[in-house]
Amino acid sequence: MSSIPEELGYSKEHEWVAGLDDGRVVTIGITAYAAEQLGDVVYVQLPEVGATVQAGDAVGEVESVKSVSDVYCPVSGEVVEINEAVVDDPSLINSDPYGEGWLFKVRTTGEAEELLSAEEYAALTAGDS
Amino acid sequence: MSRSTPLHGVHESLGATMVDFAGWRMPLRYGSESAEHRAVRTAAGLFDLSHMGEIFVTGPQAPAALDHAVVSRVSGLAPGRARYTMLCAPDGGVLDDLIVYRLSAEEFLVVANAANAERVAAELAARADGYDAVVADRSAAHALLAVQGPRSAEVLAAAGVADLDLGELRYYAVRPAKVAGIGALVARTGYTGEDGFELFVATDDAVRLWRALAAAGEPYGLCPAGLAARDTLRLEAGMPLYGNELTTEVTPFDAGLGRVVDFGDPGEPREFVGRAALEAARDAADGPRRRLVGLVARGRRVPRRGYAVVNAAGGAVVGEVTSGAPSPTLGKPIAMAYLTGPAIGRMIGNVADERIEGLAVDIRGRHEPVDVVDLPFYRRNR
Repeated sequence: MSSIPEELGYSKEHEWVAGLDDGRVVTIGITAYAAEQLGDVVYVQLPEVGATVQAGDAVGEVESVKSVSDVYCPVSGEVVEINEAVVDDPSLINSDPYGEGWLFKVRTTGEAEELLSAEEYAALTAGDS
Repeated sequence: MSRSTPLHGVHESLGATMVDFAGWRMPLRYGSESAEHRAVRTAAGLFDLSHMGEIFVTGPQAPAALDHAVVSRVSGLAPGRARYTMLCAPDGGVLDDLIVYRLSAEEFLVVANAANAERVAAELAARADGYDAVVADRSAAHALLAVQGPRSAEVLAAAGVADLDLGELRYYAVRPAKVAGIGALVARTGYTGEDGFELFVATDDAVRLWRALAAAGEPYGLCPAGLAARDTLRLEAGMPLYGNELTTEVTPFDAGLGRVVDFGDPGEPREFVGRAALEAARDAADGPRRRLVGLVARGRRVPRRGYAVVNAAGGAVVGEVTSGAPSPTLGKPIAMAYLTGPAIGRMIGNVADERIEGLAVDIRGRHEPVDVVDLPFYRRNR
């Protein structure tokens, strides 16, 4: 069973969102469950800093040995920072998906799409790994 | 409902990610597939290949029956030797690629891909009709374990090999022996581009043999390797995968594997199923209908199966990717693709070494430049 930190929000597309409660800038990554499903990540394409994103948009891609997946942005706003370290070393997504493997930060405007709690996300992914 | 191999419990206890493949529940990876790949290139990997089909053809006319059934002359094999060959339809399309092991004068083991095993057994039985030969699909009675990598021979020796001098077992040779006290057919064959062994054992012995090999191999860096690593290893080695590079729609000549087809000597032509169509494919004045090539991407995005190969200048579709992956050894995305039409025009008439340039692969809407290279992508130092 992969870890699912309590304090994060989750999308059905397996992104996590940090910092929803304490600020307007949130951090987004993909979950340990998603990283396990992908296998070794070899390439990450992230949105440009300054890009305007809408909740639900495909804003990047994560490519592993066996597959390629879109990265969806679960919130609306402006991309203010991307994780250059993960672009250089995509294996950070496998080794530390909730930490060093974060993907990008968004200054939010308006509402986030409805996010799942850790408990709800656990239920979504239970019995499937 | 997928079938499980006798090693299913072992894979689960190792925490493998399991996938459905060709009707079987198989280990995709145990941890990092890239690490498994590198272990096979530098040390050794242990594979469960029990999904493969083991079909025995026996009898006084087994050699003649197989000569008629497949595109190679396997009657010419000495006992204890093996050959890579294909089973083709009368129209020349590939029904499966096979390794045929001659176990004795009148006994052959035909190893078929899992997805095709039943069909191959039925086809061989039909083609053996009228010959004094018996075709028996004994897949269920057999497990197949492979040890692949430069340290494979050391791993087997450490596990204990009796009744066989491993050093004397040449590439594409097979002998009955005991490994870790377990009766096995030991073949020096594989699908990784490395030295290695394939061990056919009774289903009931699979777990015991796996544990013995895993324990004996640990000091040599042996680690279990799943289907993901197997796929990138064979792709680097330029080996075709049935369902990707080989289908009923292509002939061995399309796949660049015309050398496996043996038409016999001009004075003594060989008769086999598909001969007329394959002769026509060989002699087609305008060359093969398509040509399998290797591609190396310049960027980091990966060409994958089904993606279109395009002319970078005009965007015209000139082919299709059959397999693609990031290559752990090259550090770049690699692919195999069929080129069709004008793209292969310049390669016809034995001017294959003239480079085809200016190609790209349509990777999810963006044309990513690729270079055409000779296969294989990787060749081990011997």
